[in-house]
Amino acid sequence: MLYIPGNNPAMLQQGGVYGADAILLDLEDAVALNQKDAARILVRNMLKYVNFYEAEVSVRVNSLSTPFGMADLETIVPIQPDSIRYPKTESAEELAELIRVIEAIEDKHGLPHDKMGIHVMIETALGVQNAFEIAKFSKRVDAITIGGQDLTADMNIESTKDAAGIDFARKRIVMAAKANGIDAIDTVFIDVDDAEGLREDTIYAKKIGFTGKAVINPRQIEIIHDVYQPTDEEIRKSLKIYKAFLKNKKEGIGVFAVDGKMVDKPVMKRAEHILMLVEYDLKSLEIGN
Amino acid sequence: MKNSLGIEIPEYIEGIGNLEPFQGAWTKLNKGWMGEQTTPPPVKASQPHFNKMCETLEEAILKCNPHNGMTVSFHHHLRGGDYLLIRTIEILDKLGIKDITLASSSLTTAHDGLVPYLKNGVITKIFSSGIRGKLGEAISYGILKTPVIIHSHGGRVRAIQTGKIRIDLAIIATSAADVEGNATGSHGKSAFGSIGYAMIDAWYAARVVVVSDSMVEYPCVPPSIRQNYVDYVVNIDTIGDASKIASGTTRITKSPLDLRIAQLAAEAIVKSGHFNNGFSFQVGAGGASLAVAKFVRKEMVKQNIKGSFLLGGVTSVLVEMLEEGLFKSIFDVQSFDAAVSSSILNNTYHIEIPSGLYANPYNCGCMTNKLDVVVLGALEIDTDFNVNVMTGNDGTIRGASGGHSDTASGAQLTVVVCPSFRGRIPIVKKEVHNIVTPGESVDVLVTERGICVHPNRPELEARLIEAGLNIRKIEDLAVEVERFTGTPKPLELLDKIVGLIEYRDGTIIDVIKQTKGDLEALYEEFNI
Repeated sequence: MLYIPGNNPAMLQQGGVYGADAILLDLEDAVALNQKDAARILVRNMLKYVNFYEAEVSVRVNSLSTPFGMADLETIVPIQPDSIRYPKTESAEELAELIRVIEAIEDKHGLPHDKMGIHVMIETALGVQNAFEIAKFSKRVDAITIGGQDLTADMNIESTKDAAGIDFARKRIVMAAKANGIDAIDTVFIDVDDAEGLREDTIYAKKIGFTGKAVINPRQIEIIHDVYQPTDEEIRKSLKIYKAFLKNKKEGIGVFAVDGKMVDKPVMKRAEHILMLVEYDLKSLEIGN
Repeated sequence: MKNSLGIEIPEYIEGIGNLEPFQGAWTKLNKGWMGEQTTPPPVKASQPHFNKMCETLEEAILKCNPHNGMTVSFHHHLRGGDYLLIRTIEILDKLGIKDITLASSSLTTAHDGLVPYLKNGVITKIFSSGIRGKLGEAISYGILKTPVIIHSHGGRVRAIQTGKIRIDLAIIATSAADVEGNATGSHGKSAFGSIGYAMIDAWYAARVVVVSDSMVEYPCVPPSIRQNYVDYVVNIDTIGDASKIASGTTRITKSPLDLRIAQLAAEAIVKSGHFNNGFSFQVGAGGASLAVAKFVRKEMVKQNIKGSFLLGGVTSVLVEMLEEGLFKSIFDVQSFDAAVSSSILNNTYHIEIPSGLYANPYNCGCMTNKLDVVVLGALEIDTDFNVNVMTGNDGTIRGASGGHSDTASGAQLTVVVCPSFRGRIPIVKKEVHNIVTPGESVDVLVTERGICVHPNRPELEARLIEAGLNIRKIEDLAVEVERFTGTPKPLELLDKIVGLIEYRDGTIIDVIKQTKGDLEALYEEFNI
């Protein structure tokens, strides 16, 4: 997920070309206070007229506790990007207020309540503690993300490359997401020239369960895709498992072995997930089988 | 008369002669044996133990029969750091020489200082593969009576061998030389690597002066320029600004847009069917073009592909690929950074080649004809894949033909990489201002907004679609670009032709018209 400052027209118009799975047009921290109005109008127009191709489009608005939050929502919600990203979410009550405002705007414009998702950002210690309730609160919440920079500031600790201070928070947020069946997106890696550091950080994020990672520079996308891309070996194994599953399903067998290892439903589901990640045509296997 | 691209070409131009219209990228070469008159190299003689050394450049020039109407040639291996060309013209001016034809393999912003000599008639005609900066502006605004002739690198050799360019005096800057004129660019304080473009000058000029800022004990090794062609040798303090000649190591761009384009281009190359063991490869030195090498390298390692040769302008990125064993050899006509010079000197498989072997269409097989994949840039590209690398969006001369059309013509897969627009300027458009490389020799265009395949290559298009790449019609891309940039107002040009763009075979592919620039304002900048 690529962050793009909402007040930079050149970067906004190129947002869709870098191959990011999602782009995030930012009205919050990337935009100076005296640029908020200009950025809001620019992002609105860009959403209307620019083709972002395959990328999912999210807009990070300012919090309703700031003078800009309401105007952001009133301007952006009617255009219905794929999602609204809401910063510094701390409680389910706060989220309830956000959804009430969004749905009132949607009602005013005759828009459905089930089209645009909400990404909640957890950026404070209180938010981390309440992560599960926040993630669970509404079906509109389809992703939960961690904002590492603000969180370390809130915890009054140094932001380090190994992200030790926010390790618990990352895992808690992943767990909150998994428990509610939604995506967990990791925080940014801010040293854009440290490719190896980014790779290590991404490998760790993948290992602990994040489904994706935010980036602040398009140059970081390739590394994240590299890490998240299943390896040839993973694909080969998954294919073998899935084929065996189809064969056994025909014969009514639920648990079976592939290469001497037991395959049950969770193993099969993971194989299926990997094949879907690489856009494997699963139907063709069924026909072939 | 019109050429095969529908561009009106005059039949005759005063000071140049009859023109032949472009008829297709390979049409003229189909004949095999070229019936054109060839000019033999000069026959020279000198006494045993004759001393070639001159105290000053002036002395050497005076010994070379300077005269009105002479043709003086230079190479551009010193790029933006060259001092020698301007210094030579200053001397010729002081000697009262007029009406000089300047035949430099290319001209850079280091040559802005030529403008006064164009105004006062010291230089009246120019052959070059590239012209930039103030010189480009002055020519575009009509400072010369006779149009400049833009040739390709290969085309320059053809023009010299067929007598279109007859060099009276070649001034050859070298970074190391001996008293007999054996010389090289591969070592010395101003080392610049290959001296490939100057070899033809040494072989064909009536008089040859080797100039160096580093004299070495006889013999100078490697003798890239050999003594039997050299009349005089001059040792001067410095041939140029070493920091602008070749400094350090070329870094791959950090521009996210260029990197994205490069990544897509590499994917297209990998899936094209030309990415196999033994493939040969050339990339430009700038922007997205060089960055393609980085991504191709990664795939070569991953898939254990070993290439045959790298060609053309060489940077340290390519030298690293040679040293890693990814390619067997480099054929180097021009080196772009200091790291390359030491490789030429020390690695037997890093081979310095003359520009005729590199790209001359009039021989039995130049290296570009053996090329599998080339990646090239573009200032503009039209919906017929014709490429402009010579004039800017305001019509001003500000680029170089270089080896663009040579390599595009020879390679099995010619990939053009460029952003679809820059700022508010469309790059992919319905019509380009000038054509340097004909679309029929371009196979693929890669932009950040998708990949377009020339309709002559349906099998390639099918392969890339099959591989899941974002292939789209170039016409659709041009429409999308216009939605971003708006439709630029047509340029207001004057009727006068200020430049002729030669295709590599010597036919005229396009003409450059005078733009509405203010020459007087330019003169003021030079206090002339």
